[in-house]
Amino acid sequence: MSVRKTILEVSDLNAWYGESHVLHGVDFEVREGEVVSLLGRNGAGKTTTLRSIMGLVGRRTGSIRFDDQELIDLKPDKVARRGIAYCPEERGIFASLTVEENLLLPPVVQKGGLPIPEIYELFPNLKERLLGASGTRLSGGEQQMLAIGRILRTGAKLLLLDEPTEGLAPVIVQQIGASVRRLQELGFTVLLVEQNFHFAARLADRHYVIEHGRVVDRYQRDDIKTRMGELNELLGV
Amino acid sequence: MQEILGVPAPLLFGQLLIGLINGSFYALLSLGLAVIFGVLNVINFAHGALYMMGAFVAWLLLHHLGIGYWPSLLVAPLIVGVFGIVIERTMLSRLYDLDHLYGLLLTFGLALIIEGTFINFYGVSGQPYAPPEILTGGHNLGFMFLPTYRAWVIVASLIVCIGTWLLVERTRLGAYLRAAVENRELVRAFGINVPLMMTLTYGFAVALAAFAGVLAAPVYTVSPIMGQHLIIVVFAIVVIGGLGSILGSILTGLGIGIVEGLTKTFYPEASSTVVFVIMAIVLILRPNGLFGRPRE
Ligand SMILES: Nc1ncnc2c1ncn2[C@@H]1O[C@H](COP(=O)(O)OP(=O)(O)OP(=O)(O)O)[C@@H](O)[C@H]1O
Ligand SMILES: [Mg+2]
Repeated sequence: MSVRKTILEVSDLNAWYGESHVLHGVDFEVREGEVVSLLGRNGAGKTTTLRSIMGLVGRRTGSIRFDDQELIDLKPDKVARRGIAYCPEERGIFASLTVEENLLLPPVVQKGGLPIPEIYELFPNLKERLLGASGTRLSGGEQQMLAIGRILRTGAKLLLLDEPTEGLAPVIVQQIGASVRRLQELGFTVLLVEQNFHFAARLADRHYVIEHGRVVDRYQRDDIKTRMGELNELLGV
Repeated sequence: MQEILGVPAPLLFGQLLIGLINGSFYALLSLGLAVIFGVLNVINFAHGALYMMGAFVAWLLLHHLGIGYWPSLLVAPLIVGVFGIVIERTMLSRLYDLDHLYGLLLTFGLALIIEGTFINFYGVSGQPYAPPEILTGGHNLGFMFLPTYRAWVIVASLIVCIGTWLLVERTRLGAYLRAAVENRELVRAFGINVPLMMTLTYGFAVALAAFAGVLAAPVYTVSPIMGQHLIIVVFAIVVIGGLGSILGSILTGLGIGIVEGLTKTFYPEASSTVVFVIMAIVLILRPNGLFGRPRE
């Protein structure tokens, strides 16, 4: 496999919510076309890392380079316009919008987004639920599919997915897993935050473990089997 | 003469018409308040003063520049809308992360300043503003006399209200607005310039108030305090309809106007308090208002 270009490089990232200093120098990188996971216990700072990339925290310092450009001083809308799409932990489906309005909400920021029929192919349930239903009457799984589906048409190359399997039934988790793999085949780069380690282990090319707002360890896909013991310890599984 | 429930028909219909006229102004103003509250999270106490400004700008345009009613219907809301945008950019936008109370206090202070300034130059007595020639006169409908200008007020405000409702409920821009009401941060993270959207929303809602002011100029006298009483009733209407519901504020505005008209016919003593009685009852039975959703 040829060495792929680094598309996202985060270094010495610090972030604050008001007075509380949450990230203390996070370092990691993501290469083009990779699926990379951020693992860690509750409150480790995974969500904050994604939010910092999007510019959704009060204050941040350090460096976030995407596509060879610095993002650290950009507001969230400008970050999105550079081609990064965010699927939040709480999914963020809008209850006052119909399913279709939710799907069409994020504006196209670049060429090369997935056409709607391909999004339906990826998530057939969405198409069935399209007729008129408002956003929150969907099941948890359907909401998650909508939350991922709607960021695929924008042309963003890098997808930030925060715990896409949280609270979902095993069969839905499998379906989401298959979709993420398919997204990788389609050329998307995915930065995945997960509590469900087994889910992440099957999907990701590489893993970073975050603890107390720092990256404390990293694993290649193939390291996982041999280093399972330490990893379980780190994650407190 | 024909009577309905012991009241002469022309009197009843006359009061209903006045009720509908007032209801039209209520609808235009409470609609703007609802939009501002939904998108900016600000209770805009300056709304009555900006409505007054609309009427006054129309009057000033006529007296100093000879610009008549029809151009003023567009130009006055534009001028006041730009004034609103300046307020939003320089002052309101600094308060978004704070409690509602701060926005309310700021806009309350602004209302006093704006009204005080106009009182200083023009006094409180009020200036007449004649309706355009084509809208003078009226029609005898048989059961009542319908002045043309009043019919125009009702039609024009209904068109603007329905247009705004369609804009918010049926367009892509409206979907952004509704989404921003729920989760501003996420809408911004999708690449939408939310601060710009908030500025334009305030400008638009303020322009609606000014539009109501221009419509009102030939009906009431143009005076610096014309917005004061109105805004109190409009706040009661917003409470009754439920903040954040556009259709709710339009329907409640018209409905309360009609109820006031009916009260004036059958029990005149209560006509100026009936809206507050309704507000109290609604607050007890449905604290989120007739059309409101609970806010989490
Ligand atoms: N809005 C906030 N204000 C203040 N502190 C916060 C806020 N959000 C998160 N924190 C704190 O920041 C730390 C990191 O939180 P974060 O949500 O990033 O963790 P996480 O790794 O995503 O956890 P989880 O697996 O539970 O989602 C936690 O200690 C949390 O309490
Ligand atoms: Mg989290």
